[in-house]
Amino acid sequence: MAAEGDVVAQVLRRRANPTELLQILRETQEKLGWISPETGRAIASALGVPATRVESVVEFYSFLYDRPQGRYRILFSDNITDRMLGSLALFEHMLKRLKLKRGEVSPDDGVSVDLTSCTGMCDQGPAVLVNSRAVTRLTARRVDEICDLVRGGVPIAEWSSDYFRVEDNVRRADALLGSRYEPGSALSAAIALGRQGMLDEMKRSNLRGRGGAGFTTAVKWESCRNAPGADRFIVCNADEGEPGTFKDRVLLASYPERVFEGMAIAGFVVGAARGLLYLRGEYRYLLEPLMAKLEAMRRGRLLGASICGAQGFDFDIDIHLGAGAYICGEESALIESLEGKPGKPRIRPPFPVTVGYLGKPTVVNNVETLAQATEIALYGGRTFAGRGTRRSSGTKILSVSGDCARPGLYEYPFGVRVEQVLKDCGTSDVAAVQVSGPSGVCLTPDEFRRHVAFEDVPTAGAFMVFGKDRDLFEVARNFAHFFAHESCGFCTPCRVGTTLMRDALDKIADGRGSRYEINDLMRLAELLRRTSHCGLGQTAGNPVRDTWAKFRPAYERRLIRGEFDPAVDLDAALARAREIAGRDDAAAHIGAEA
Amino acid sequence: MSATDATILIDEVQVPFAPGQTILEAALSAGVYIPHLCHHPEFEPHGSCKLCSVVVNGRNASACTMKAAAGQEVEVDTPDLHAYRRTLVQMLFVEGNHFCPGCEKSGNCQLQALAYDSEMMTPHFVEFYPRRPVDASHPDVLLDFNRCIQCELCVRASRDIDGKSVFALAGRGMASHIIVNSPTGKLGDTNFSAADKAAHVCPVGAILIKRVGFSTPIGERLYDLEPISEEATRCAVGGEK
Amino acid sequence: MSAHAEASALPKVRLATTSLAGCFGCHMSLLDIDERIFDLAKIADFDRSPLTDIKHCGPCDIALIEGGVCNAENIHVLRELRANAKILVAVGACAINGGLPAMRNRLDVGDILDEVYRDADDVRSHVPSDPELPLLFDKVYPVNEIVRVDYFIPGCPPSAEAIWKYLNDLILGRMPRLDHELLHYD
Repeated sequence: MAAEGDVVAQVLRRRANPTELLQILRETQEKLGWISPETGRAIASALGVPATRVESVVEFYSFLYDRPQGRYRILFSDNITDRMLGSLALFEHMLKRLKLKRGEVSPDDGVSVDLTSCTGMCDQGPAVLVNSRAVTRLTARRVDEICDLVRGGVPIAEWSSDYFRVEDNVRRADALLGSRYEPGSALSAAIALGRQGMLDEMKRSNLRGRGGAGFTTAVKWESCRNAPGADRFIVCNADEGEPGTFKDRVLLASYPERVFEGMAIAGFVVGAARGLLYLRGEYRYLLEPLMAKLEAMRRGRLLGASICGAQGFDFDIDIHLGAGAYICGEESALIESLEGKPGKPRIRPPFPVTVGYLGKPTVVNNVETLAQATEIALYGGRTFAGRGTRRSSGTKILSVSGDCARPGLYEYPFGVRVEQVLKDCGTSDVAAVQVSGPSGVCLTPDEFRRHVAFEDVPTAGAFMVFGKDRDLFEVARNFAHFFAHESCGFCTPCRVGTTLMRDALDKIADGRGSRYEINDLMRLAELLRRTSHCGLGQTAGNPVRDTWAKFRPAYERRLIRGEFDPAVDLDAALARAREIAGRDDAAAHIGAEA
Repeated sequence: MSATDATILIDEVQVPFAPGQTILEAALSAGVYIPHLCHHPEFEPHGSCKLCSVVVNGRNASACTMKAAAGQEVEVDTPDLHAYRRTLVQMLFVEGNHFCPGCEKSGNCQLQALAYDSEMMTPHFVEFYPRRPVDASHPDVLLDFNRCIQCELCVRASRDIDGKSVFALAGRGMASHIIVNSPTGKLGDTNFSAADKAAHVCPVGAILIKRVGFSTPIGERLYDLEPISEEATRCAVGGEK
Repeated sequence: MSAHAEASALPKVRLATTSLAGCFGCHMSLLDIDERIFDLAKIADFDRSPLTDIKHCGPCDIALIEGGVCNAENIHVLRELRANAKILVAVGACAINGGLPAMRNRLDVGDILDEVYRDADDVRSHVPSDPELPLLFDKVYPVNEIVRVDYFIPGCPPSAEAIWKYLNDLILGRMPRLDHELLHYD
């Protein structure tokens, strides 16, 4: 108890504001392993908030725990690409070796093993998180080694660094990834242009957000600049939770100055002095390198007061970590999370550019968008707009994974055809490509001549390839589980609907589905699209709609029994009574209908 | 633009609005019914139940959160929207344990009344039968979470009007649930009182004053006398709630 | 009802009814149509029903199902009725959402059987296991989770007026509807 109190006191010495509650809980948990009721109450008391405020935050985020999880918390990334690489067999193997059930905490070894949503290592999976640290390229042997290390109580700091190696896998570099960059050069260029001049270049560039929504960045910056109020903020959205997306991971790992200078340039234009990087919890391993980079930039006068000597240009950046909630990639939910609350999307309008972080005008931009701003500062908007298409200017980084020879990052000018990407990453006999993750679109070979662009096939970057033997029904089912797990729960259609859709697909997978489920699935998909509070619910039905329309046989071979099947396996529903009554005669069973 | 000039069209009918009003507020004030459940005139819009889903100039919107503006053409009474509302009510029914015959709120319950209004004949979906607690620890108020629809009216009332913050919404997705602000998690260990606003805002039977159940005979309860579509607009126009 | 002067020349409508895990309150409510049962008898015959004591159902037009599905025997009855009825109607709260019997759904059925049949003081007491006894399901299920249901008449029970209105609509081929006065879940 005394040790707990010390840890809490230590954390609270650095962070005393209720808006920092998520960071306080994360840092406390890193030392204590979990947030006990006493710890929660101590934090609530110190911050002057009700204890229920702390409880509601702990219960919302997947990576905050209100019960012990063991000295080693091992989470298997469960994106469809991980499964295609055999992750489930490795998961079962580890559970067996450690004699655990999924999610159970072992008393001796102090270890628990569970599944988690895509961790952004699709190009080098199967991947796990061990106490928030990413381990890539799992094999049966690596699983065995980890089990031994866990059994032996070996601290993670002493594990082989090879486990934690994350490659960039840049396969095709273009303007952004391929250019040699002189740190500070974009900042100097922006300062030389002046605030209005830089905004004009952004307008000329026609840069659109690279996080998926594609909103025109210059419009966003200008609206924020013109919004009433004194304080403004620049937020970099590095939540990158859409399964199959890992391009921001590489930008943050190997091009961080492009991102940070982009933030500062945004601050310069809109008149913000503070920037916040919202880094997804799954990229925890990047926190120390990023903080070191910020320190180096401060030493080099590229951050802080009077950047590059420019009077009045003050800008600095804090890093906030997420804690396992895909919904926090939605900009208003992200802001809620930055304010130390559960990540539930706000009512819009108003939008963040007028009422954002702490109610102040805030620009929320994707990592890649901000990096591209440095390109525009250096080479001008017209040069930028000269690449890509008329309505989708510049280059786009795709993160390619799945059934391809060379998974990784591919940067192309917008307008590139899907078939070109497939050729470059090394594929043959492709059945489907899921572009922009589960909330995107599933394309079939007859559509591969389409263009990656906002006006045709838009994407935040995810590009998952499925070979001809892949089961597209199982792809849709994996995505349905994802949405049900990640729904924030605020609005009726998404909270209940994503679970209903998941359950219907599970029923079909169990061989007990019929046209009845298909009808319900289509109705639910439409209801969620029309009435959900945010994009998660609105797109949750996309995978089942697309795959039913384009891969009907994958469903039909499972719809084996007529027009209607009972909600439960009736014979299994009698099992408990059979056990208690000690019966196994014929009348103790229910067969299928004659 | 004078007040009389500011109108929107709701199902082809001109409806006046005052600056700052939402579409739902403007409609109810004018006696035009848009179904709603998590809305309460004394609180800021919540936007969670989605029963007030409408189409505004061809785009989907929640009438309770969208501000009325000149030029809006709002569709409320269409077959599509009817079907969506019915499905949303069905979802709320299967999500909890809504056993009307045994519930003290029956006949005065907004969820039930909306289900009647949308002609819900069956909850349709597979019932979840969740295990949810009942908290009878408080001497005067019963909490039955089987019926909670997560509108957060109790949360907001307790925090903003009573100044007590007795309730909060915790968890994510289907695991969302109301929690009570006491070390035991029980209402009896809080300073909650039956006189609190939060004790009287629940639109369903999740928060009930003890010892007054079934006090009104069947046939004379609020929604026996008139459908919610009439009751809601009568109150809004007359200023009651 | 001028329709029923012509109706006597038409083949009679065959009705079947059953109460599964129900209290028979919906059947009592049906019988509350009182003397209108004579009008009904002119145009309809009852097949399998507690009213006729016919044990097995043949082809019929409308089957009224009261009660939810709680044990294996309910399945056999329900399947027979669904197979033989053109139209299947779930009547009452129990048939529609499990109703009062479904309040046991939050408990483990094994614990329930133990509680009821095992006596802590008598080691010989046991849960009955005769093969003729139908076993209980883990949960009580609404009828529409077991078979396809065509129509629903809510109520606990629905009033005689509601049942009469609905039955008339079905027999006369109208879209069945209950207006505000007749539609209630309690």
